[in-house]
Amino acid sequence: MTQSVVVQVGQCGNQVGCRFWDLALREHADVNKEGIYDEALSSFFRNVDTRSGGDGPDIYKGKICSLKARALLIDMEEGVVNEILQGPLRDVFDSKQLITDVSGSGNNWAVGHKLYGSQYQENIVEKLRKAAEHCDCLQCFFIIHSMGGGTGSGLGTFILKLLEDEFPEVYRFVTSVYPSGEDDVITSPYNSVLAMKELNEHADCVLPIENESLFDIVNKIHQMANSGKLGSTVKRNSLVTSSAGSAKTAQEKPFDAMNNILANLLLNLTSSARFEGSLNMDLNEISMNLVPFPRLHYLVSSLTPLYTLADVNVPSRRLDQMFSDAFSRDHQLIQADPKHSIYLACALLVRGNVQVSDLRRNIERLKPSLHFVSWNQEGWKTGLCSVPPVGHSHSLLALANNTCVKPTFIELKDRFMKLYKKKAHLHHYLHVDGMEQSCFSEALSSLSDLIEEYNELDATKGQSIYEFACMSVWATTSYSGV
Amino acid sequence: MSIVTVQLGQCGNQIGHEVFNTICSDVRDTHGLCSKKENESYRDACKERFFCEEQSEVPVARAVLIDMEPKVITQTLSMAARSGYWKYDDGSHFCQKQGSGNNWANGYSVHGPRHKEAIMDLVQKEAEKCDRLGGFFTIMSMAGGTGSGLGAFVTQCLRDAFPTSFLLNHVIWPYSTGEVIVQNYNSVLTLSHLYKSADALLVHENDVVHKICAQLMNIKQISFRDINQVIAHQLGSVFQPAYTAEGGLCYSRNPLGDLMETLVPHPEFKMLGLRNIPQMPENSLAYSTFSWPGLIKHLRQMLIANAKMEEGIDWQVQPPRLGSSIPSSHSINKPLHFNTSIANLVILRGKDMHSIDLGSFRDPSLYTSWLNPKDAFHSWKTLRAFNKYEKSASLVSNSQFLLKPLDNIVGKAWNMFASKAYIHQYTKFSIEEEDFLDSFTALEQVISSYTSL
Repeated sequence: MTQSVVVQVGQCGNQVGCRFWDLALREHADVNKEGIYDEALSSFFRNVDTRSGGDGPDIYKGKICSLKARALLIDMEEGVVNEILQGPLRDVFDSKQLITDVSGSGNNWAVGHKLYGSQYQENIVEKLRKAAEHCDCLQCFFIIHSMGGGTGSGLGTFILKLLEDEFPEVYRFVTSVYPSGEDDVITSPYNSVLAMKELNEHADCVLPIENESLFDIVNKIHQMANSGKLGSTVKRNSLVTSSAGSAKTAQEKPFDAMNNILANLLLNLTSSARFEGSLNMDLNEISMNLVPFPRLHYLVSSLTPLYTLADVNVPSRRLDQMFSDAFSRDHQLIQADPKHSIYLACALLVRGNVQVSDLRRNIERLKPSLHFVSWNQEGWKTGLCSVPPVGHSHSLLALANNTCVKPTFIELKDRFMKLYKKKAHLHHYLHVDGMEQSCFSEALSSLSDLIEEYNELDATKGQSIYEFACMSVWATTSYSGV
Repeated sequence: MSIVTVQLGQCGNQIGHEVFNTICSDVRDTHGLCSKKENESYRDACKERFFCEEQSEVPVARAVLIDMEPKVITQTLSMAARSGYWKYDDGSHFCQKQGSGNNWANGYSVHGPRHKEAIMDLVQKEAEKCDRLGGFFTIMSMAGGTGSGLGAFVTQCLRDAFPTSFLLNHVIWPYSTGEVIVQNYNSVLTLSHLYKSADALLVHENDVVHKICAQLMNIKQISFRDINQVIAHQLGSVFQPAYTAEGGLCYSRNPLGDLMETLVPHPEFKMLGLRNIPQMPENSLAYSTFSWPGLIKHLRQMLIANAKMEEGIDWQVQPPRLGSSIPSSHSINKPLHFNTSIANLVILRGKDMHSIDLGSFRDPSLYTSWLNPKDAFHSWKTLRAFNKYEKSASLVSNSQFLLKPLDNIVGKAWNMFASKAYIHQYTKFSIEEEDFLDSFTALEQVISSYTSL
């Protein structure tokens, strides 16, 4: 079995991470009733003997002693991390997994990336190496961060590059929360575009998330819970997100519901690598199947059914509805409509009591309404994991490499240009050592190139498969004649 | 003679397990609708082929389990042990921690060379347990990374280490609607490499088996287990003991050798398809009776019309009338959809099989002109009923069965290759564009050979 290490950077990264560890613990507690440290648990947790005090030796077999998250918590202010350390999850982390500063990055990518980057580089590398040493076969790093601020965006992408240099063999999955149009951070377009260049160049896969989409989904769940028209009831003791028995603090924080969605995304993404199933899907299969060209590694995700994300017990509708929903606009984690754009590839990761015939039936049913790029008409990757999410019978995570991410990038670029044309706030960045004007122009052209790549693909829409077939016949004859 | 089964990747290991399960439950079936003596010699022949029994209470499968990831092997080993009727040898599996990630190049160029010694040691050990080694039966899928990439590599190693043994590769053809996105690349690379080292490829298409589960077995929610059980039943119906000669006195001892000799007369043609009749849910069996002439008539039409199962056979298709056309225009005069054979093998299991007339399979118009029809058709028989079916007939065919699926896969892979999509994932593990081109060329050659039959 392989292991993964989570690197949570900045306020957003740490808040999402906190929800992730809480839900991961509960998922494993539900599956693993015996309290034995098993292979599935080992993928995200170490089992440590803490009786001798402090960080004892790892225990590989037998009873669970003390579980430690395979995580690195990084923030350039202390607030959020301290809160985690005083909260119920404190035992899952120890001081050797933390890096904090007091002064913050001031919503400035350059401060996070250049200043703190060079200042903390050694410390970060040392802690990453330590985390890697505890793994028996390290497969994947998950970076959780936001794009709009200073620390997550700047230092987060600095770490991404560090990971590539230090651990070139290990996959780098990045969960990036994109700021919404009405973001209160004025410089967020700068930070996001500067960070985009790093994601373009150094990530294996990026899961872009927009706050607005999360907000809409949370609202939708509330509506479902309160409408009563579906006969829905609020499950008081749902294992997924209720506070009963949970490690959450008594007061629910406003972003918790939204962050839960991201935590569920990561749980479902890794479930097939952790638990058994009739069609396993390991993490290294994700980039292999979904990334046809190195830079086009942005995957639009959707989670269904929604009630698996909340305390809502909606009577389960037809299984097929779950598949339909996964392709609808309002289930996407970014503001996008995959049905009206071009699919380069699509993965369906199913959990629970779902069989291969259900998959085939739904793929055949949905296929006519989706546009796949001409050279990948059967661009489906499927996984079946037999362990469902806690308290539910089944769930689906759809990952789409789809040109519908383009509008998000275009909007980002537009907002960047509005500031950049006036050179607004530039001096805050250029004051920082190592930051040049060229950083901006290079980041901008990197983003423009990416948009252009998506444009080219969009231009093939409507082009008939027949044309391609002719081309290929011509090409085939040209080489078989050799 | 014994057969060593090599199970590779998730698919190979799951199917291998079902095959041993099926074979084992078939021989445990005491009546078998034949004499006690017959039943005993059938059982002994089966055990010699697939199991060894030294120092163990239950038969131990002659198998090597290989995967790059531990979950499936752990599960397979424990399911077999729990059955209580047979098991795998404790020491005959090899797994690593991290899978091949659906990347053929990773399986073939990285995992293969890295673990060659350990894998071949296991195979060697298993081979030495056989009094006489008949050959290797390798089970793998073409779509993923381990079964396909490592499978192609291991097959090459087997060829080098056992130059005189028979190598039969059982290959699972992926769903055409896609289960792995790079499945067409992986398939093209796998098939072209296997074509170089294996003696024959026996193919099962997931689409076809899925249809059988839905339409013949009446399964509502089809799982991979259901699919694998149908495949295992079909494989068992070929590899369980049978008399290869008319009026033979003992069961054939060299099933792989006999199979190759019968079906692969030319190294350019080694794609074998498998059809089986009847196939139905177990609880319907008691209410059904079959006549041999009916089964034979259906099976023959399935052959010439290239029907994948007994339902929906096109009865309009008839063999071309010989002599009515000059050879050069053969393909033009050929009736539409007619499936031309190189060689066929029919296996009959059940009572009264001696009375059957198989003359319809000896019809020269079924076969390509360059092989004597007498050499092109063979039959194996036994009175012993198979797997609870009172009568059953299987057909292994070296014909144009797989021409269309092969052409489809090569076409789709070429389409993707023309756009250069995913190539970087392969060059990362040193499979270059030229390697792809070589594979395409090799398979185009196979396609054109089968087309010109």
